[in-house]
Amino acid sequence: MDQNSIHRVRRQALGIAHGVGLFLAMLVICLPGIWIVLSSLRPTVEIMAKPPVWIPQELSLDAYVAMFSGIGKGGIPVLDYFRNSLIISVTSTVIAIVIGMAGGYAFARYRFRAKSAMFLGLMLTRTVPGIALSLPLFFVYARLGIIDTHFGLILVYVALNVPFTVWLIDGFFRQVPKDLAEAAQIDGCTRWQAFWQVEFPLAGPGIASAGIFAFLTSWNEFALASQLTRSINSKTLPVGLLDYTSEFTIDWRGMCALAVVMIIPALTLTFIVQKHLVGGLTSGAVKG
Amino acid sequence: MKGWKLSPPFLLLLPAVIVLAAVVVVPLLLSLYSSFTPFRLTRPETFWVFIGARNYINIFTSRDFWVAFARTVVLLTVALNLEMLIGLGLALLVEKASRGQRLLRTIMMFPMMFSPILVGFQFKFMFNDNIGLVNNALQALGLTDRAIPWLIDGNLAFIAILTAEIWSSTSVFAILILAGLLAMPREPVEAARVDGCTPWQTFRYVTWPFIMPFAFIAMTIRSLDVARAYDIVKIMTDGGPAGRTELVWTLVARTAYSDAKMGLANAMAYFSILLSIGFTVYFYRKLAAARTQIAAEW
Repeated sequence: MDQNSIHRVRRQALGIAHGVGLFLAMLVICLPGIWIVLSSLRPTVEIMAKPPVWIPQELSLDAYVAMFSGIGKGGIPVLDYFRNSLIISVTSTVIAIVIGMAGGYAFARYRFRAKSAMFLGLMLTRTVPGIALSLPLFFVYARLGIIDTHFGLILVYVALNVPFTVWLIDGFFRQVPKDLAEAAQIDGCTRWQAFWQVEFPLAGPGIASAGIFAFLTSWNEFALASQLTRSINSKTLPVGLLDYTSEFTIDWRGMCALAVVMIIPALTLTFIVQKHLVGGLTSGAVKG
Repeated sequence: MKGWKLSPPFLLLLPAVIVLAAVVVVPLLLSLYSSFTPFRLTRPETFWVFIGARNYINIFTSRDFWVAFARTVVLLTVALNLEMLIGLGLALLVEKASRGQRLLRTIMMFPMMFSPILVGFQFKFMFNDNIGLVNNALQALGLTDRAIPWLIDGNLAFIAILTAEIWSSTSVFAILILAGLLAMPREPVEAARVDGCTPWQTFRYVTWPFIMPFAFIAMTIRSLDVARAYDIVKIMTDGGPAGRTELVWTLVARTAYSDAKMGLANAMAYFSILLSIGFTVYFYRKLAAARTQIAAEW
């Protein structure tokens, strides 16, 4: 073989290896999710079968029907959990975004003393593990009587999300050239008007994605919610998932179905923002 | 304070500072205080008894705590390094793909959307010794004829938890490193190739320094959230069986809520907070160093 054909063969082999590697990697990523969706549609007998049944014999939506038909039919109050999750996540996201916009704007547009120390300080509050924070909060909340209320959880999630929204929104405001707002001010806008008319619309998509990020954090949070909620008054979906394990046997199919219910809103929202999210996190990387 | 002259950035940051002070800083001060008391939830009057550093001395002499602490550090170190390596590999694979990049990137983000509690449940299901996908597959392929007790044996459970942890967080690295690869200028790579660098040398001395800040951003983001592992472990093994997969966080939760020893748990919690802060500050400084290096070279 001359050198050309050796080179060609090597190139093809590399191409195939690359394809196979890519396929395997994607398979590993997708498999757990697919398995959960599949299991939620199969009867329990099939899940428990020994030797395992690989190809589903019958698919049904029974698990979902049972789950949403209320407490009476051996289900857990998923609707209540879903409502709690939604109320808490949406409210805390909106508040966190408003606070984050104010903070992010301050970091992006003003110079002030101890700016980087302040930024690091904000970030450090985020590093406190939820379980460590839950101990004093549990005590304080018990004293104030706001355990097992929406308000209590919303307050915590706002605090949890503010550092991150400030970071992201700071990045998005920095991408908006300063000159634009200055030009608007020269043309007679007040700083307030310049912000809403010029800078806010330009940073808008970024802020929206920061919002979705905050929403997902609240939607998925477990460590704090598990200690600060007690009943259907405020239990969220992640805590509700544990309802299936509290008994002697685990209802795998029901759990899988609830998992699917939890993941669908998260999945939809993440697809919408994926582009902006990466941009926001890396905007400071090269420019500093 | 800045007196009563209210400057705009001060006013703008005020809400964030107030919320964080109320929900994070003040409770933490309270827990710092209570870590010096024998406080038990069931006996509120113990909150006012001051016992000095006895809780901390208890912790220092407690073998269980240090085993859990060491296990946590090992888990995090191994997990973060493997996530970084696998994420890098994944990003390089996807970047080389000529078609379907958008779809690949979307699939790559998939695990990020999973709540840690879901990741834990998912892998608990897959690693179940009786009906789990892993054992079923191994048995069907004839690799083993008995059920491997993935979540019952201490070492195997560690591997199972590590797998779950890596599955859920590798995409953070992959996505950010990919963003770095895509933002990288082409010329230096081509110049290196023209100058006769091998692919490895090109990668090591040209590509890697450029994507390093992105890798460290991923590390920083990830280290902010190391305690997510609590959710995963909580649902997979809950620290058991018999404390064989106990991490600092599950130990704190058990001490505080099952044994009701709030004071002791708060003292332990301070170690876990320092651990998180340590990881974050370390990577934040690496990030700053990597940034200045880039700025100097390009």
